[in-house]
Amino acid sequence: MLGTMLLLGGCGSHDRPQVGAAAPVTFGFGRPATADEIAVWDLDVRPDGAGLPPGRGTASQGSAVYGRKCAACHGATGIEGPFDRLVGREPRQGFPFGRLPRLVKTIGNYWPYATTLYDYVNRAMPLNAPGSLKPDEVYGLVAFLLWRNDIIASSAEMNPQTLPRVVMPAHDRFVPDNRRGGPEIR
Amino acid sequence: MTHAPISRRALLAGATGALGAHALRVTKLAQDPTKVPGSAVTPLGERSPFERPRRIPLGNGQGISYTPLQDCCGIVTPADLHFERHHAGVPAIDPQRYKLLIHGMVERPTVFDLEALKRFPSVSRLCFLECSGNGAAGYGRSRPDLSPQLVDGLTSTSEWTGVPLATLFREVGVKPGATWFLAEGQDAAVMARSIPVEQARDDGLIAYGQNGEALRPEQGYPARLLLPGWEGNANVKWIRRIELADRPFMTREETSKYTDPLPDGTARQFSFVMDAKSIITFPAYPVTLGDRGWWQITGIAWSGRGRITRVEVSSDAGRHWAPADLQQPVLPKCHTRFRYMWNWDGGDTTILSRAVDETGYVQPPVEQLRQARGLGTTYHFNHIRPWRVRRDGTVVFGLES
Repeated sequence: MLGTMLLLGGCGSHDRPQVGAAAPVTFGFGRPATADEIAVWDLDVRPDGAGLPPGRGTASQGSAVYGRKCAACHGATGIEGPFDRLVGREPRQGFPFGRLPRLVKTIGNYWPYATTLYDYVNRAMPLNAPGSLKPDEVYGLVAFLLWRNDIIASSAEMNPQTLPRVVMPAHDRFVPDNRRGGPEIR
Repeated sequence: MTHAPISRRALLAGATGALGAHALRVTKLAQDPTKVPGSAVTPLGERSPFERPRRIPLGNGQGISYTPLQDCCGIVTPADLHFERHHAGVPAIDPQRYKLLIHGMVERPTVFDLEALKRFPSVSRLCFLECSGNGAAGYGRSRPDLSPQLVDGLTSTSEWTGVPLATLFREVGVKPGATWFLAEGQDAAVMARSIPVEQARDDGLIAYGQNGEALRPEQGYPARLLLPGWEGNANVKWIRRIELADRPFMTREETSKYTDPLPDGTARQFSFVMDAKSIITFPAYPVTLGDRGWWQITGIAWSGRGRITRVEVSSDAGRHWAPADLQQPVLPKCHTRFRYMWNWDGGDTTILSRAVDETGYVQPPVEQLRQARGLGTTYHFNHIRPWRVRRDGTVVFGLES
């Protein structure tokens, strides 16, 4: 019986470990992180451009990198696969993904932030050598993919200043979760 | 995420692939086990050679593997049968070299090793963990030869042990304006999600224990984020970094993936909570009912919003519903076992279950969910799962394409 009570009592959403009355608010465990070790792991790039490293690249520079390191999985022009299709703006009007199950999501028709492209390629691509690309290569690839998706000009240079200013076609399509439980099916 | 088409080979592998190994072990059995001494004690137990539950893996390092729900009883999933979903394979991490870095909008940027995490007051709780793409079968395309494993096997329940995020947040001094944090894994995808601080502070854990032992590598060894009731992807495995901030980071996994396009031309973002659902795990494909008469219909129900308060079963294709028994314990955000004794008259019929949670949410029929979400949606499939029972006793998955 006691076991059952503990089991039931121990799983509420407000469960907290019971600590002695003398236990402090903080324990002093762990050690201070150094600026250097934070810098090594702090990969993320935000929509406002925070986190973008120095560097630059254009579509033509990125095209060469793409051919060597990306085309085998994503196709010669970003459309052919076999893995995720990267290029495509169809349909130019509307955002009918909810209604059309066969409509393929691409960078051009679905990604809301250009900075996410830098963040993701830099952290996870290419699949067989993740984290191996240099900043100029990533900027070039991002420029190439944005140009292939008709979002920037072929001559546009992507760098820490220009990339956050790129407005993606799907930027305004995303809304917060409005499901709240209760009887309504949303 | 992309689900590969389910091949017949994958279907059969789970059911029959191990029979050959069985036969070898069975030959060692004594005719009468009371007449010969049994085998010796061992340092590590094994399943009976008669029991061969297996996950069904699909894909490679970016793949998924399904829990054999029809082979499980009660509510807990054995750790070696817990479903898998990885974005770049399972990393091998030395616990001696493991570090969790918490930085950003905090007073004291701190590195915790595993020993430090285990010194904090710990908590254990049972809860389900479910891939947000679970249940895709039968929503758009369907087929009759789907088992519970292939319909809903991307959910599992464990007892998780770890340190509350609230404790770690106090330890590092999270600043008042910090409303989101990035949770980042140490896998080859360096998988990262933005998480609201409030929810994580309520019941989030950095978990290092699973069902009484260390986490399995496939579940994030040596430590992972655990956000009870929230889609699996947000529960970042192999967690190495938490960065507090005043806004979300907009990673690929919360923009390009794990968002829900809706019929009105928008896409729902940060749809973390898994809504209530249930599935009958017996009788279900591929079993055959041997005879008319009494059978126990049983299955699991769960909700990311709290406790399951009711499960109803219909044995006449939804014309009548009757309450099923809920087996104790009934815990919030946890698989709940239900059972219902059914006197089968031997005729063709369809059996269904529907779950109700403590918010009053009722698991919807597929038509209702399709109307709300559209056919193009790719996550959060919690529609009712029907099973057709045919006159010859065979049972098949009952949703039409």
